[in-house]
Amino acid sequence: MIVELGHFALVVALGLAIVQSTLPMLGAQRHDLTLMRLANTTALAQFGCVTIAFAALTWAYVSSDFSVVNVYQNSHDAKPLIYKISGVWGNHEGSLVLWVWILALCGAAVAWWGRNLPLPFKARSLAVQGLIGVAFLLFLLLTSNPFERLDPAPLEGQGLNPILQDPGLAFHPPMLYLGYVGLSVTFAFAMAALIEGRVDASWARWVRPWTLAAWVALTAGIALGSWWAYYTLGWGGWWFWDPVENASFMPWLAATALLHSAIVVEKRDTLKAWTILLAIVAFSLSLLGTFLVRSGVLTSVHAFAVDPDRGSFILYMLILAIGGALALFAWRAPLMQPGGAFAPVSREGGLLLNNLLLATATATVLLGTLYPLALEVVGGGKISVGPPFYNATFVPLMLPLLIAVPIGAMLAWKRGSVVAALGRLKVAMAATLITAILTFTLLDAASLGAAFGFALAAWLVFGALDDLRAKIGLFQLPLPRAWQRLKGLPASAFAVSIAHAGLGVMITGMIATSVLQSERILAMQPGDTTTIGSYDVRLASVGEVEGPNWIAVRAVFETTRNGSPVADIVSEKRFYPVEGQSTTQVGLDTSFWRDLYFVLGDQTPEGAWAVRLYVNPLAAWLWWGVGIMSFGGLVSLFDRRLRVGAPTTATAHRGGSAEPEPDGPGARASA
Amino acid sequence: MRFRKRQRLVVIGLATLLLGGAAALILTALEDTIAFFISPTEVAAGELQPGRNFRVGGLVVDGSIERLSDGTVRFALTDTAHEVPVVYAGILPDLFREGQGIVAQGTLDDGMVFRASEILAKHDENYMPKEVADALKQAGYWQHDGEEPAGETQ
Repeated sequence: MIVELGHFALVVALGLAIVQSTLPMLGAQRHDLTLMRLANTTALAQFGCVTIAFAALTWAYVSSDFSVVNVYQNSHDAKPLIYKISGVWGNHEGSLVLWVWILALCGAAVAWWGRNLPLPFKARSLAVQGLIGVAFLLFLLLTSNPFERLDPAPLEGQGLNPILQDPGLAFHPPMLYLGYVGLSVTFAFAMAALIEGRVDASWARWVRPWTLAAWVALTAGIALGSWWAYYTLGWGGWWFWDPVENASFMPWLAATALLHSAIVVEKRDTLKAWTILLAIVAFSLSLLGTFLVRSGVLTSVHAFAVDPDRGSFILYMLILAIGGALALFAWRAPLMQPGGAFAPVSREGGLLLNNLLLATATATVLLGTLYPLALEVVGGGKISVGPPFYNATFVPLMLPLLIAVPIGAMLAWKRGSVVAALGRLKVAMAATLITAILTFTLLDAASLGAAFGFALAAWLVFGALDDLRAKIGLFQLPLPRAWQRLKGLPASAFAVSIAHAGLGVMITGMIATSVLQSERILAMQPGDTTTIGSYDVRLASVGEVEGPNWIAVRAVFETTRNGSPVADIVSEKRFYPVEGQSTTQVGLDTSFWRDLYFVLGDQTPEGAWAVRLYVNPLAAWLWWGVGIMSFGGLVSLFDRRLRVGAPTTATAHRGGSAEPEPDGPGARASA
Repeated sequence: MRFRKRQRLVVIGLATLLLGGAAALILTALEDTIAFFISPTEVAAGELQPGRNFRVGGLVVDGSIERLSDGTVRFALTDTAHEVPVVYAGILPDLFREGQGIVAQGTLDDGMVFRASEILAKHDENYMPKEVADALKQAGYWQHDGEEPAGETQ
């Protein structure tokens, strides 16, 4: 009964979405208040309906109702509760319900919190959101009904792919979808702006919190997925340039570019058409990601089920959405008034360079992801594009961007000077140089490349701190004065420094794990000892253990360093009898300086065990860096100005002007 | 307004430079870094020069898995027409077993032994990597479509 109610709620939601996508749009054209206000009501009601459907499906999972095909195929009575719940989105149909639920959530959030939006703009935005909802609800109901019944109902389910039964992966899809779908709001705002033919500072101010929230969620979602791959696949790495990873990375790159260009629109009223285009591109890439993962064109863990009907449905939807949006853009973008002019060397110029580099980098990832598919379609043979491709294309494009970050953040609006910016970054430059020299001389595996990489990371971290220092005039003004300025600084100023410093921390971890990783593959008998790096490792025992729905071979590695114990590291090979599959549990010991990462393999005929031992230096820095970066996004999200409806001048919140303000003159000119 | 014109020129110049640079990077990278997928039959035909990176897919030959005491593994891959000997030093994927369809990436050495740097097996025992299914089809063995969803084969 509850299951049928869920199905029924989805159908009602579709009806509401159809109303939401048409009548408010009509109302906005005709200045009909009643019709425009309908957008609010339908958005909230649609959210209510999809919530009922989502809850119904969750209930079916939790109560192990195997008369529902979806539950039968993806769940099992013996599964722990958390994986019964996460199993809801651990499959094609359920993950789409989650997608639609988050979409409805975003629509409801715009309806609820968007009180400062002008009514016609809000009505049009929600109508576009409704249209996306119609497409996905149709897709769900026509090709992927999660509530299909099975008669007679089986006694037991087939279980969930054990590799998905993991805490990191339980939250990876919701975070990722929050990011993907959050970008739909930005997209809807861009569409509404195009229809109205007007983009101004307040538009940028409405768009930024949504982009920020989506970006934070996307960052966290990608990091969770990457972290999961790191500790479950047992390959010692955290990013494999797998097409499915790329599918989530491309919207992230576009959203990052969008975040930065929206600042220019807000502060300087320029780059408007470009920002709108980025908003379209970012959400289009989210849709493309959904298509790549859900259609099964990519053979991967994520392609749960493959059905050509579904693939072509999403493909048509993709073509309609992207084609329609770009056509609207081509038609309406010329209406945008060009804004303030700026010199190539200026804050705007810096942000534009950021955008150009990120956009080009996105294009290389897109090409690397789609090229094998395209080549196969035209009969050019089967190829795989792997890490070497991206190391040769993506990485060189990122280097100038990363070098430019601290300088760009220091440039004045409208017309700046690189020399002046560098002059204010003396402390950062000195710290960077010291890092380069230290890493080059101290590291055993010293190479110019590694020293350069660490110097680059240090440049980002110290540059971000120096930026903050310069803003408050620390070491230049008397301390109480600097303290005054610190307190007066808007949250967004902290956010920039936090996010850029986080980027630096993350890159430190990336470079350390890539360049300084040590690895050993060998066969060990219980009792054998070996060394890796400065650690002595003894395979203390290998035995069998039993979990709630698995049995495992468990190896305990006693690790010591210079005779003093470090950790007993436990690695497992688990076997899930229900699903007939096994998984690897990496033995992991994380500290500030390194991860010890031990993988247990198969038994050799002589009774020894194949083991793979890694020392990953500074591995944790990678995840901390991502955390710091996301935290920066959150801080910016809570900037007071973003929640105030009317645009305020950029100078209003600035402290005194004892030294030239980085963004003083330009901001004043735009006010 | 001259200022605006110059601004536009700089932006366009910069964008062209970047796209040109990126295109050059991509073209050289595509030349050097991509790995072609081939079948054991093509390996046996000697069409490939040793040292080049590529992917080979097939079924793990029954009884061919040999675990050496130093942790490396030897086995043979087949598309039912020809076999390729493979050596791999590393931990095998959880789903690696005899008769399983897998993909190995690596290089061919002078002795025509495939030295794999990476072994890929699908995380689902019913699932056949698409490349392997195609290679088997070409060798005239595989009857089904290689893309059968796990849940519906019961």
